[in-house]
Amino acid sequence: MVIGVGNSYRGDDAAGREVARRVQERVPDELEVVVCGLEPTRLIDAWEGADAAIVVDAVSSEAEPGTVHRFDVTSEALPSREFRSSTHALGIGETIELARAIGRLPARIVVFGIEGEVFGSGTELSGPAQEGVERAVELVLEEAGCTSRH
Amino acid sequence: MSTPTRRTIKTDYLARVEGEGAMSVRIVDGRVDEVELRIFEPPRFFEALLRGRSFLEAPDITSRICGICPVAYQMSSINAMEDLCGVEVSEPIRILRRLLYCGEWIESHALHVYMLHAPDFLGYAGAVEMAREHADVVQRGLSLKKTGNELMIVIGGREIHPVNVKVGGFYRAPRKRELRELVEPLERAREAALETVRWTAGFEFPERAVECELVSLAEQGAYAIESGRVVSDRGLDVGVEDYDGHFFEEHVERSNALHSRRADGVTYLCGPLARYALSADRLSPLAREVAGEVGLEVPCRDAFRSIVVRSVELVYACDEALRLIGEYEEPDAPAAEVEPRAGVGHGATEAPRGLLYHRYELDADGTILDAKIVPPTSQNQLAIEEDLRQVVDRYHELTDDDLRHVCEQAIRNFDPCISCATHFLDLKIVRE
Repeated sequence: MVIGVGNSYRGDDAAGREVARRVQERVPDELEVVVCGLEPTRLIDAWEGADAAIVVDAVSSEAEPGTVHRFDVTSEALPSREFRSSTHALGIGETIELARAIGRLPARIVVFGIEGEVFGSGTELSGPAQEGVERAVELVLEEAGCTSRH
Repeated sequence: MSTPTRRTIKTDYLARVEGEGAMSVRIVDGRVDEVELRIFEPPRFFEALLRGRSFLEAPDITSRICGICPVAYQMSSINAMEDLCGVEVSEPIRILRRLLYCGEWIESHALHVYMLHAPDFLGYAGAVEMAREHADVVQRGLSLKKTGNELMIVIGGREIHPVNVKVGGFYRAPRKRELRELVEPLERAREAALETVRWTAGFEFPERAVECELVSLAEQGAYAIESGRVVSDRGLDVGVEDYDGHFFEEHVERSNALHSRRADGVTYLCGPLARYALSADRLSPLAREVAGEVGLEVPCRDAFRSIVVRSVELVYACDEALRLIGEYEEPDAPAAEVEPRAGVGHGATEAPRGLLYHRYELDADGTILDAKIVPPTSQNQLAIEEDLRQVVDRYHELTDDDLRHVCEQAIRNFDPCISCATHFLDLKIVRE
């Protein structure tokens, strides 16, 4: 399954949601796709029962905007430098570790992070983030082993 | 002449509190010289941002001050507007408001008790470390929080920053059957909350007492949540419209938050300890019974035991939500008509962390001319500093690391919401 995380009203923060939306458009019958805000219990419930999950979120590290990072968190924690921002208390990295600790993490889990540029108010993605979204869609489909990629 | 021994203990970023702040403690010759909470999150100009906006926008704008207690901001602003405009809402709307607020209490208290505060008592760095050895306990906390979220979704439209709330009522009133679907999860949550009280009451407590005045809202016949009079354990009993005559705020240079005092200069505390001290007799029989079972006295002045009080309030919030669902009848209209009036309106509610006061001045067409918002954490800041001073006095012989840990725990006892207060934490202990 694919989970797109982010806030559609904070510019490039919506990149993860946009990837999920496009993946669903491309392979409507092959993958279960969910979009949600970063609320820990929501995220843990979202991947409940899935053997494998791909989580897509926007990141803000020092990389070039539009860069797509891939982290296999099946057996190791997410680097906290890229994923710091959460609305409150638990970020995506902590949520993954919490789920791992209580045995509610899918057997396989990969996180894609799209480097954002603008995280201000607004519903538009920046140019680099849009390019990042396009690349991330292909990478997610490849990761999921989808056949009908075009 | 001997050289004084100086110690400085400092925490630059206090973890497991909401927002950013720092704490510094200076100890000279084993005695506390100075305790400071510094708040360096940028001041929040919400009060100024509200000027010139419509009175109808206040609930949605102010809810953005906090992602943990948005309902508190919505309800305090609504109370102020309806107070001024002379609006009476129907019983179903009153029920829905209290029910939504119960959802926020469950969500916020479950988060604080399980994820932020319990690791202190059990000796873990955080919730993730605690979860590795207590998976079932953390799972119980997550389930409780989820039930709070579900209540918020059904009534508020989503779990954070509800979109269904307006001055006068709601955009859409839920159907009875939608609320009935919450009964089973709430009954499970109530059982989990009872387990939470028994679990937290078994922690070790250092047996201390806060000495300041305790202030909360109080209502006849109900544990105050979304309305009430402002009362204290020293005899204060005034309407919300008189709040400004009894409390004042001052700016302190080190902090971006205003500090509140009683008008006579006395430090006071609001939040779970104050509510429980002033209204424990109005809790539901089940909540009172479990509090009695674990020996939680009334009043409880031990800030470390606030985790037990919060747990009892979790039982109450689940119990009360079930009662409210049982009484709910679908309203004819989801909201009352509201016509703006020129003047000043006052509103206060009990946010999970304590009393939240709003005051607005409107012109005749409903434009906000002036706004004042006093969140619980800024009201509690002086009490937190006073309490820290006593904690350091008692534990100054500990090593710096251990003392830092006790101080951080002492701050978390008050569940400070620094994002709300700025208009906060790193901990520094100086020994001289």
